[in-house]
Amino acid sequence: MKRASSSEDLQFSRRSALKGLAAVAGLVTVPGALAACSSSSTSSAAGGGSSASGGTSGGTISFGSNYSDPAPKQAFAALVANAKKATGVNITVNTVDHNTFQNDITSYLQGTPNDLATWFAGYRMQYFAAQGLLAPIDDVWDKIGGNFSDAVKSLCKGADGHYYFVPIYNYPWVIFYNKSTFTQKGYTVPATWDDMMTLAKQMKSDGLIPFAFADKDQWPALGMFDILDLRINGFDYHIKLMHNQASYTDPQVTDVFNQWAELLPYMQSGAAGRIWEDAAKTLESKQAGMMFQGTNQVAAQYVTDGKSLSDLDFFPWPTINPTYGQDYIDAPMDGFVLPAKAKNKDAAKQVLEYIGTGAAEASYLKYDQWDVAVATGAQVPTYNSIQTASVQAMANLKGVAQFGDRDTAPPMATALETSILSFIANPAASGIKPMQASLASQAKSIFG
Amino acid sequence: MTHDVASRAPSRRERQAPTGRRRRSAARFSRRDILVAVAMLAIPVLADIAFIWGPAVVSIGLSLFNWSGIGGLHLRSCIAGGLFPDNGCFTGVQNYYQAATNYPPFWPAVEHNLIWLAVFVFIATPLGMFFAVLIDTGLRGNRVYQTVLFLPVMLSLALIGIIWEFIYSPNYGLINTVIGHNTNANLIDWLGDPSLNLWAVLVEASWRQAGYVMVLYLAGLKAVDPNLKEAARIDGANAWQVFWRVTFPSMMPMNIVVAVVTVIESLRAFDLVYITNKGTNGLELLSALVTNNIVGETSRIGFGSAIGVVLLVIALVPISAFLYQMFVRREAR
Amino acid sequence: MKRASWRTAGSVFMIVVCVAWLAPVLFALYVSFRPYAETSQYGYVSLPHQFTFANYVNAWTQSDMLRFFGNSVLITIPAVILTLLLASMVAFVVTRVSMKVNLFLLLMFTAGNLLPQQVIITPLYRLYLLIPLPSFLSSSGYLYDSYTGLIVINVAFQAGFCVFVLSNYMRTIPGEMYEAAEVDGAGLWARYWRMTMPLCRPALAALATLLTTWIYNDFFWAITLISTGGKRPVTSALANLQGQFVSNQNLIAAAAMIVAVPTLVVYLLLQRQFVAGLTLGSTKG
Repeated sequence: MKRASSSEDLQFSRRSALKGLAAVAGLVTVPGALAACSSSSTSSAAGGGSSASGGTSGGTISFGSNYSDPAPKQAFAALVANAKKATGVNITVNTVDHNTFQNDITSYLQGTPNDLATWFAGYRMQYFAAQGLLAPIDDVWDKIGGNFSDAVKSLCKGADGHYYFVPIYNYPWVIFYNKSTFTQKGYTVPATWDDMMTLAKQMKSDGLIPFAFADKDQWPALGMFDILDLRINGFDYHIKLMHNQASYTDPQVTDVFNQWAELLPYMQSGAAGRIWEDAAKTLESKQAGMMFQGTNQVAAQYVTDGKSLSDLDFFPWPTINPTYGQDYIDAPMDGFVLPAKAKNKDAAKQVLEYIGTGAAEASYLKYDQWDVAVATGAQVPTYNSIQTASVQAMANLKGVAQFGDRDTAPPMATALETSILSFIANPAASGIKPMQASLASQAKSIFG
Repeated sequence: MTHDVASRAPSRRERQAPTGRRRRSAARFSRRDILVAVAMLAIPVLADIAFIWGPAVVSIGLSLFNWSGIGGLHLRSCIAGGLFPDNGCFTGVQNYYQAATNYPPFWPAVEHNLIWLAVFVFIATPLGMFFAVLIDTGLRGNRVYQTVLFLPVMLSLALIGIIWEFIYSPNYGLINTVIGHNTNANLIDWLGDPSLNLWAVLVEASWRQAGYVMVLYLAGLKAVDPNLKEAARIDGANAWQVFWRVTFPSMMPMNIVVAVVTVIESLRAFDLVYITNKGTNGLELLSALVTNNIVGETSRIGFGSAIGVVLLVIALVPISAFLYQMFVRREAR
Repeated sequence: MKRASWRTAGSVFMIVVCVAWLAPVLFALYVSFRPYAETSQYGYVSLPHQFTFANYVNAWTQSDMLRFFGNSVLITIPAVILTLLLASMVAFVVTRVSMKVNLFLLLMFTAGNLLPQQVIITPLYRLYLLIPLPSFLSSSGYLYDSYTGLIVINVAFQAGFCVFVLSNYMRTIPGEMYEAAEVDGAGLWARYWRMTMPLCRPALAALATLLTTWIYNDFFWAITLISTGGKRPVTSALANLQGQFVSNQNLIAAAAMIVAVPTLVVYLLLQRQFVAGLTLGSTKG
């Protein structure tokens, strides 16, 4: 998920990253017997210090992070502090600006990566695993597997069935609205597509913009494609499409675009030139009735703009196809991977074992007001209303997708985004089949 | 730019060495001199090869592969249909074929590059020439006009893009507010509407290009022999005829330079579109397409290199013309 | 009489054009001096209720501008010096040492400068990742993501134009001077360093002005070859700023004005040299 245009912290990565690596090389020797063991999360006498005498607890790792915005940065620091306490491993954080980290990921992983790195679940993680850039962490999951549901577990595996990823949080994509607007105008939360169309018509005649919408960064519209595909065609088909095992010329895809065309008249015009922050402002100022986006973005924007969250609420995208109801949504999951070239894998695995617990997630979420924990039954006393509602909304889902640009090859996501942009500008029915043909042949060119 | 060496009187030493000329051709450079010459050339030449020409040639090679930047390259052909694209495999000219037939931004980018060139050739450059000619007639306040018109050339293109966003902003910008199109109902989205944004950006680019051309042309005009112009005027030619029949032809070298600068600058266009919207949605340019495929996660290195080679081939045309004019024709003269 | 009225018309025209020409810069300047609260309520095109320096203060402090300016200085100054040094050496050898490869070298250098940057970026990027550097030259250990790397590519890229201009200029130095020096036993280096370079001072000054501006304004190399945000020079850091302060355009306007200051200073003080540098290579021919 590209949280592109929101604040990018300019604080630079500390040179201590390199110093950290040097320290690791000099400090930690790993006797063979230690290899598989992970005598970890019990607190060691060494606390957070690096004075460990090269024994089973302690050691130093460097942690590459692209949580460069101020709030995630603080939350991450809290997580790291707790991890240090719990495992006795000394952790140096190397923060890189959010987008740069993602852009450079291939050279990062092939060069001198840190011992742990932030990344996302989904195809984008599986691809690097398949190229041998990530180290398998089945032994970590032997310890933490019990904390997570099967759905989550399958998202943390590579294509070869081994584990490569430990999650920290996720967040749902839902339709936001202001409670006061709904009360004032007597709207009710729609449960089906037809209800939502009626509501949108009513909003329009009441002088509101039914759906605030922005697509300058191009990925927000991909979210709408995903949800329509998930609702109409179900989870399995959606994943097949993302994984190049179904064709873009299928009638299922035609259905998605036809359905979308019904909705377009009620979406905010001029989306191509508008950033999502400005669309969120339209919702805040009550000029718009609804907005479909991630909690991670809209709720955060409310807080940045000083608006109270008490009026904000959301509901999941309504049912379109009764077979699938509201069983699936996009809920991108962020977490951490162990680069294959990490220098101190054992200490890194100890840290991962700590992170894969509800307690660790709670320590992160203490400073993160918008994402929610992934571990089953995690207790997070600091949740606000939106977060609590998110947990409830995701409790009964049958499957969770990772968002288009994480579920498929990045060039394919770009091609899809470009097509969607021209579709939104010109949703004529006659243009849909040619667009599908173009997408299918681009998929062939990209995937081979 | 003149300096006084030519007009200096010969020194005593020079006058005392009348036979220097004949001795010169016999042993012009000592061995040490040759070594020094090679040393002086070595680093720049190696740097030029290593960092400019080497990569240019390697780009051509890379364009024949399907590569995401991970791992190495091999000559096996690409295998289709897996979950993950085959990586590092040889694909011949497929990348070129795909770019031309199966990559929606490609032909729009070519078209936009051509439009960019046309606007520069027919609008921006003539405008700059016009300013230069006008200023050269000796208006009062010349220096001020020159300074103002040349100012945009000093600013980086990224900066220009940012400044002009205030002019073009849909809700608050100068244009929309002045013409009354700044409410949500009747917005003109100068930078977001694909049918408008290329022209909006071209205004920005021309704003800069005209000043650049003006300065070059002014220098050329100053070098024109005023006696020629006087003679023509005495013969009864009006200002327009003096320009086209006397001034313009005598500025051939400068005209060539201006022509080449125009073409090269239009092929180089990148910063403005990239800072506006990363070169998408109506602002596609070949240079931006290359960048988008290579920099960042998309990582279609081979494919991006193919587009780069297309850009290279297009660029070699004006480059060759320029080099031919500058060096070969001059050597022959 | 007729000429006078054409003159007046010409002057009026130029004045109008100049006002329009300055409008974008003046408008951004205007926005930068207005408080955010005011413009978000009344828009940019409104009469001011108050002016403020707050945007400039905030742009300077919140975005670490001093560091970015420092980066620009660290990259630009060595690059300019190295470029002039290397280019003048090549120009000298090519004009004074008659060899068969001279024309080829000139062609190679000049053409290299005319290539679009995107054509060479891919292999350059990979090359930079492969070349290791000692830590005093690069904190990342490689040519990639280091000041040295940016200096190197700027030098290689700009050298071509300088070789072209300087060789044209050096050609105008008469050969008799060198003959006398040879008779005195001056070696090639002495002829270059002690005789030619001082004579080239005007050209070098002109080129230095041009190069400083161009390298300072560079955007592409910095965004592709530097990954650490804190190492970016100021022009590319501005692009990041756009993302960071996307809501507060007044601050961005102030930041843009700050970034423009050095080039404007160079321009106002050294305009003659700058223009001379541009036209040096062009009129001789």
